[in-house]
Amino acid sequence: MITGKTIAMNSEKKQSSIAFVIGASSVGTLIEWYDFYIFGMLATILSKQFFPAEAGTAALLSTLAIFAAGFIVRPFGALVFGRLGDLIGRKHTFLLTLVIMGGSTFAIGLVPGFKTIGWAAPIIVLVLRLLQGLALGGEYGGAATYVAEHAPAGQRGFWTSWIQTTATLGLFLALGVIILIRSNQGVEKFSAEWGGWRYPFWISILLVGVSVLIRMRMSESPMFSKLKSEGKTSTNPLKESFGNKANFKMVLLALFGAVMGQGVVWYTGQFYAQSFIETVCKIDFVQSRNIMLVAILMATPCFVLFGWLSDKMGRKWIMLMGMFLAICTYRPIYKEFLAITNAANRTQIIDSRLTNAGPKIPLIDAKDKHKMYVRQVIDTVYTDGSVFKYTITDTLIGFNELGVDRPINLINPTLIKYKAVKPNIVIEKTMGKSATWDLIWLVFIQIVYVTMVYGPVAAFLVEMFPTKIRYTSMSLPYHIGNGVFGGLVPFLGTLIVEFTKTSAKPAGDVLAGLWYPIGVATICFIIGVIYLSNKIDKNVMD
Amino acid sequence: MNTLKKLLGFVWMILAPAIICFLMYEAYVKIGTAKPAEKANTILQWVIILIIFTPISVGFFLFGKYAANNEYDHLPESSAELID
Repeated sequence: MITGKTIAMNSEKKQSSIAFVIGASSVGTLIEWYDFYIFGMLATILSKQFFPAEAGTAALLSTLAIFAAGFIVRPFGALVFGRLGDLIGRKHTFLLTLVIMGGSTFAIGLVPGFKTIGWAAPIIVLVLRLLQGLALGGEYGGAATYVAEHAPAGQRGFWTSWIQTTATLGLFLALGVIILIRSNQGVEKFSAEWGGWRYPFWISILLVGVSVLIRMRMSESPMFSKLKSEGKTSTNPLKESFGNKANFKMVLLALFGAVMGQGVVWYTGQFYAQSFIETVCKIDFVQSRNIMLVAILMATPCFVLFGWLSDKMGRKWIMLMGMFLAICTYRPIYKEFLAITNAANRTQIIDSRLTNAGPKIPLIDAKDKHKMYVRQVIDTVYTDGSVFKYTITDTLIGFNELGVDRPINLINPTLIKYKAVKPNIVIEKTMGKSATWDLIWLVFIQIVYVTMVYGPVAAFLVEMFPTKIRYTSMSLPYHIGNGVFGGLVPFLGTLIVEFTKTSAKPAGDVLAGLWYPIGVATICFIIGVIYLSNKIDKNVMD
Repeated sequence: MNTLKKLLGFVWMILAPAIICFLMYEAYVKIGTAKPAEKANTILQWVIILIIFTPISVGFFLFGKYAANNEYDHLPESSAELID
């Protein structure tokens, strides 16, 4: 006889089983994101170690590593592993992607620099980076499909939203690990050939090892197992996904009506924002990352909130509302970034500033003995605790009475005459407590938009496609939307700013770069509103 | 709503080749104005962008074509409608 207690126990068992599925899938996906991001975050150091600019062609390999991994190999990985996942199953496929990702990340940390092994270094790193892109292309679709196929009907948005937190938490983990190591080691030790920048890559193997062990204990998705036992799995998932017009139409709708906009909102909120506060607003390296870390931590629960809400009111309007808010508020938010960090706008603070000018330190150029640099650091301290550090470097060139350049002689400085070139001024701002919180809230708002568009998207994609070709069909639009449309936000944003540069305004309009994400999100929003349905597919078993 | 879907379909059909033309023009300008040391790198960047955006634009054009043919008036209710 089935009693109330038995039903309660069964339900509890089911909950703990789905919790294990979510936990095991999410940890692996989080690690894959971590692996993918550390390469991007350490790009400056990696290019010095593996792709030195003076080596000419190395810069080409660097471009290939950055561009090709995101734009070509990720969608290609979606096709390769999506097909495999629909043929042999979800579990083994996303186990394979995890091993490829972890192995290549660890290996990047072991490759000696360009100085030691020459051209082999950038070539090996390029191949490993492409493998990372390939693995990432296969991972997400597998994890999202696997979780969705375990989730009870009516709770698919809630359970898959845990998978959605992993991309952001992977970013959080990568930022945290890098900042921790860099703060402990100092910049010089961290950036050396065998310095601390390699540790995040090495740590990956431990994380992947644990995750592989957990994933090996998982069983195959019940829906896929059922199809397999009935002999109904696809024999040619690529043909059935993209060669079949009815399904291909839905792939196009998913891409242009949802994922394309979601991709640009994701990358603007989490990458463009950080790059903007660091390179345009000139916020100090560590503080800009801390701002991101706090904002991410505060906003992450919203993934689950919007995933849960999407089970109640449908996926469409939550995602489109996120896009709409982003379209309307991006420019005011970024204007506010500039206002908060602009000394000229903070009159009450400027009036009472304190200035600490350091000594002028002369340095002779190591290669060109005609050149000397005189560097001075000026700290401008404001009453709210903000410190703006100006490093002013004057370049001086020695020349004789006839105006001919000659080497600088420091032994008898009175004989030296100089002609000064325009000074180079580097500004680094450390904001006070209140201004830092203002910046955190502005980033937080953008990450909330990310959670609105991204939280429900896994359930949305899973419900769009049939089980037998789900992995393939949802992976491609996801990785084109995120890898291509999203991944191009920094590049195209910078390019648009370039268009606005004139001789009268050499810095151009620094907000113009936002027109790319705003434009893409607007087209996607219109398509989404008009063409998408808000209906939740109750039966994803078919 | 179906009329709007159809009319916008024509807009997407025009927009798709326009985007590719715009990108090709930009590639031409940027490669032309690149400094000699950066030329090869700039060419590579734009070739990758054009390679990846051309099929996407073709997809966008097809999306517009399907919309203009009223093929999005009814969205599938079950997976049976998506499988041959």
